[in-house]
Amino acid sequence: MKILVPVKRVIDYNVKPRVKADGTGVDLANVKMSMNPFDEIAVEEALRIKEAGKAEEVVAVSVGPAKAQETLRTALAMGADRAILIETDETVEPLAVAKLLAKVAAEENPGLILLGKQAIDDDSNQTGQMLAALLGWGQATFANTVAVEGDSVTVAREIDGGLQTVKLNTPAIVTTDLRLNEPRYASLPNIMKAKKKPLDTKTPGDYGVDIAPRLTTLKVTEPPVRSAGIKVADVDALVGKLKEMGVGA
Amino acid sequence: MKTLVWVEHDNAVMKDATLAVVTAAGKLGEVHALVAGSGCGAVAEQVAKVAGVATVHVADDASLEHGLAENVAPLVAKLMESHDAFLAPATTTGKNIAPRVAALLDVMQISDILSVEGPKTFTRPIYAGNAIATVESSDAKLVITVRGTAFDKAATEGGSAAIENVGGAADAGLSSFVSAEIAKSERPELTSAKVIVSGGRALGSGEKFEEVITPLADKLGAGIGASRAAVDAGYVPNDYQVGQTGKIVAPEVYVAVGISGAIQHLAGMKDSKTIIAINKDEDAPIFQVADIGLVADLFTAVPELTGKL
Ligand SMILES: Cc1cc2nc3c(=O)[nH]c(=O)nc-3n(C[C@H](O)[C@H](O)[C@H](O)COP(=O)(O)OP(=O)(O)OC[C@H]3O[C@@H](n4cnc5c(N)ncnc54)[C@H](O)[C@@H]3O)c2cc1C
Ligand SMILES: Nc1ncnc2c1ncn2[C@@H]1O[C@H](COP(=O)(O)O)[C@@H](O)[C@H]1O
Repeated sequence: MKILVPVKRVIDYNVKPRVKADGTGVDLANVKMSMNPFDEIAVEEALRIKEAGKAEEVVAVSVGPAKAQETLRTALAMGADRAILIETDETVEPLAVAKLLAKVAAEENPGLILLGKQAIDDDSNQTGQMLAALLGWGQATFANTVAVEGDSVTVAREIDGGLQTVKLNTPAIVTTDLRLNEPRYASLPNIMKAKKKPLDTKTPGDYGVDIAPRLTTLKVTEPPVRSAGIKVADVDALVGKLKEMGVGA
Repeated sequence: MKTLVWVEHDNAVMKDATLAVVTAAGKLGEVHALVAGSGCGAVAEQVAKVAGVATVHVADDASLEHGLAENVAPLVAKLMESHDAFLAPATTTGKNIAPRVAALLDVMQISDILSVEGPKTFTRPIYAGNAIATVESSDAKLVITVRGTAFDKAATEGGSAAIENVGGAADAGLSSFVSAEIAKSERPELTSAKVIVSGGRALGSGEKFEEVITPLADKLGAGIGASRAAVDAGYVPNDYQVGQTGKIVAPEVYVAVGISGAIQHLAGMKDSKTIIAINKDEDAPIFQVADIGLVADLFTAVPELTGKL
């Protein structure tokens, strides 16, 4: 079985995003970029499945600018076997990403596609579910544990009230939640080795997919800011404040 | 415009999350609701009474019992032939189903809307709520998930919608339900609680969390939340997590105990009316958003507070 892992290059999760003064978006100039944290978890899970002898090959795919090569090299350094960059400087919405990934899936015939549940820039939480619909495959979103057995995969999903376990026929789509695993760090020798692993570059045109956005962003603004309030000296003062508010009285 | 609202339920009771979606849908046009489940007739009766709902479509079939997206999405897509917008709550159920529907309709979904600005224009948070985007759709139909805390809840009484059965549900044969572990709790649900007490990594263990946080929450009649660090460390189950990737809450009062205030945590609670923070580090970022801060060791301050309330 082959596993496909779509990885997105996004603002590093430690950076506080700043809205551009002209209201057109978030300022990404000179900002540290990294692999979407949920995608690191997806890469890690794919590698663990391979290391358990249940998959032969892990292929990382990214849709984005030339710099997304760095993200793919990170996936290769973690242990992915090869990578595909679908290069474009345009904004590509989840629906179009899913259409491109569906074409890649048709060429590569993976048994499993592991995606992050959410990209931390657009916070859409859509691509995996859309891809599953386009391919007509089963989907297990927000995975907490993943077990591959023969022609099926059993996934415990993090849902609002607790956990739900579902079983899917493969090929299938799984999206990762934070507690699925702890992603490994790439070692220096592996970073060097990753430089020699194959990385193919394509364009959306190669797949015949129209990536024109369906949504127009009219403006981007700062959320209402909360200003810091007061500090109280001790528990008695806090009790007083709570009583004033009618809480716990 | 004719809207179709996804009713969240457990086959017996309609979940509160549905009510904010009814309000959002009402801003777009006529509100029709879909109850998809198995043996879910009682839910349909409850939805029919919700103010503002015109019709309740009920799809009652064994294949719909567990809300598997593979079985639900084709049904919704079919109903969308006669509706203009599909709206679901931004819960784990809504987030699982809506994008699958959107792709079947070849529509780009608008996730987690905060407001309706026009027939095709909405605001939504991006970058963990550090920016708000106003977006306009060019698609013929709309598929939307709704942030529950951003809209008032529709009244659960006053409506008298017609109930209509819809057929056509089938098992897609792609997936099956194995089991569920649903935490049972007497406490108010986080997303509708008026008061929430949340604990962070500083609690140190599940026992301490229980010993320190629970009595305060009991005193305040509060729901209990947690930071990701507290969940990851196993102090509490995952559905306690508040934040960018957990639950989005906006209670009247949010008490953060031993939580530093990482942006991913703030993303889930900064719309609370009053934020109270107890932290021993006076420079903790949580104090930048707190209305009332107490710099103190939680292990002495919280029991004292609980005792004095
Ligand atoms: C992609 C991604 C998504 C994430 N999503 C979420 C999310 O949804 N929700 C979330 O919460 N986090 C999320 N995180 C994690 C987030 O970045 C922080 O790591 C986490 O919120 C920290 O939890 P904490 O505040 O409990 O722990 P810490 O940051 O370790 O803070 C503990 C605090 O307790 C205080 N303290 C220690 N001892 C005491 C004492 N005795 N008395 C009083 N105070 C004390 C300390 O001063 C400190 O401020 C996410 C991270 C990533 C990468
Ligand atoms: N441009 C992209 N390139 C590769 N993978 C992507 C891209 N956009 C989204 N994905 C994948 O889809 C997941 C969910 O993203 P989203 O639907 O945008 O929140 C991410 O975690 C990635 O695994």
